[in-house]
Amino acid sequence: METARWNLESKDARQDHRIIFDFVEPGSKVLDLGCGYGDLMYILTREKNVRAQGVEVDDAAVYECVKKGLSVFHSDIETGLTEYPDRSFDYVILNQSMQEVRKADFVIEESLRVASKVIVGFPNFAYIQSRVMLFFRGRSPITPSLPYRWYDTPNVRFLSISDFQDFCREKRLRVLEARFLDDRGEVRRLPNLMALNAIFMVARRRETPAASGTGDSGGTL
Amino acid sequence: MSVSVAGNQTADDGCIGVVETQYYTFAHPPNELKLECGKSLGPVTLAYETYGRLNADKSNAILVVHALSGDAHAAGVHKGENNPGWWDDMIGPGKAFDTDRYFVVCSNVIGGCKGSTGPASINPGTGRPYALDFPMITVGDMVNAQRHLIDHLGIRKLLSVAGGSMGGMQVLQWVASYPERVKSAIPIATALKHSPQQIAFNEVVRQSIMADPDWRQGDYYEHGQPAKGLSVARMIGHITFMSDQSMEEKFSRKLKNGDYSFKFGADFEVEGYLRYRGESFVKRFDANSYLYITKAVDYFDLSGGKMVSRDRPIDTRFLVISFKSDWLYPTHQSQEIVRQLKAGLIEATSCEIAATYGHDAFLVEIDEQTHLIRHFLEKTYYGNGTLESGI
Repeated sequence: METARWNLESKDARQDHRIIFDFVEPGSKVLDLGCGYGDLMYILTREKNVRAQGVEVDDAAVYECVKKGLSVFHSDIETGLTEYPDRSFDYVILNQSMQEVRKADFVIEESLRVASKVIVGFPNFAYIQSRVMLFFRGRSPITPSLPYRWYDTPNVRFLSISDFQDFCREKRLRVLEARFLDDRGEVRRLPNLMALNAIFMVARRRETPAASGTGDSGGTL
Repeated sequence: MSVSVAGNQTADDGCIGVVETQYYTFAHPPNELKLECGKSLGPVTLAYETYGRLNADKSNAILVVHALSGDAHAAGVHKGENNPGWWDDMIGPGKAFDTDRYFVVCSNVIGGCKGSTGPASINPGTGRPYALDFPMITVGDMVNAQRHLIDHLGIRKLLSVAGGSMGGMQVLQWVASYPERVKSAIPIATALKHSPQQIAFNEVVRQSIMADPDWRQGDYYEHGQPAKGLSVARMIGHITFMSDQSMEEKFSRKLKNGDYSFKFGADFEVEGYLRYRGESFVKRFDANSYLYITKAVDYFDLSGGKMVSRDRPIDTRFLVISFKSDWLYPTHQSQEIVRQLKAGLIEATSCEIAATYGHDAFLVEIDEQTHLIRHFLEKTYYGNGTLESGI
């Protein structure tokens, strides 16, 4: 049963869903920004008794979410967060959607306002194949995680894993989890070169330094 | 629109068949219905229809609420007549509001003229029609009256309240007034409050009725309707119900008689259409009711957290529907509803349907609405059980 459901997703997406699934505590409240067809929310709702709210801009995806019995707002991500009171959720998920958002920093800041933890999954622009295409062939990269051509890509932000780590340092975010994937599974060495996709779970740094002696270490992977 | 659909469907797929309007009278003096304006009204009669069967634990009841000029006849046909109810495409076996599963109730609002107590009803104090002695009613009063009917039917908690336009306002009002009695709410093409533009259209509608000398300060019942004024009022309404695109598709600049008459007759098809709509409205709707009801929707205002807020947690599920081409109740007004739900931490679904029919879409855009409503109601009724079979 369970395997059948996981197989609904492509091999790569299945892996990122599995990782995010493991991050999320049972019974928690989740806001999935850019929830697509709702597969992740569906499995979180069903297997972990999570209360999930989705936000999705695509009509067909909204209809599919409703078919699955999920709650979803038909809206873009930027306007999806305003009006929510602080700490309305335990997690905001931005999986494979942040790179399609113009004001990515604003969306992450707002996500950290409405939830205590933010899970971000994105394609790595510095993957070795991208570098080869750009450096040796002089062409815009096309990889399994960035499969689009320059003229039909929905992506507006192109970032590498190192870019995101810099961003977390700049914005003083704690990295609670960081996992990296290629098309076979998890990547443990040289992720910025070897990983197609990255999934980070971040939180605001604690305001009181006394709260934890090693409160910093998570931010410097 | 409904005629062709009825023709295409087999008897067991969609047709409710012959239905009958029923009446419930309550609020007999001295226990009159207290109104928001401070006055009271009694006795009050509500015309209503029901479709499907109420289950043993009375948990499958859905209240469908109508728009400005609607009535209790939402589905099926009356004996000896051919006209199906105003939401016949949505209510019936296998339809969005599936009468094989659910018990659907629809009642005419107070202030109306389709069997419920309104300004054309006889004032028991004088033996003559109320006319302008009828007290001003609000959407809150309409819903309060419906609540008496729901009590009378023995229903403690409604599975859902659903409706479009002014019907959508009643849906929102139900949640504001009786959140514990509404398991889910489906407000369609509606708003938390009228914008000045919407009030302005209604004011022109009222002025056109009141400017007709046949209106006689509302006391026209012995003489006949203020036909000209009411007809123009309805013409204005119809313009706001359509979209630029749907008017282009329906009429373009087509001429009725092939050429210009160089007179002030109805040269264009759109002129003929509006005149026809206006005239047929005079035959079916009371002018004073139109005044009272348009005023009620202008007064309606649940903005600023008056429906739900964080201090007033509720567990009503929401499905908020709007239509892309609806400029009378544009999507940003539905998003205003969504913002209030977010501020109140309510889980909900919203969808803007890509329809071209303007505000009329809630009556004619059936497929998408059916998909959304059917699955939403399933989830509301069966709970997480639907997740098992969801894929």
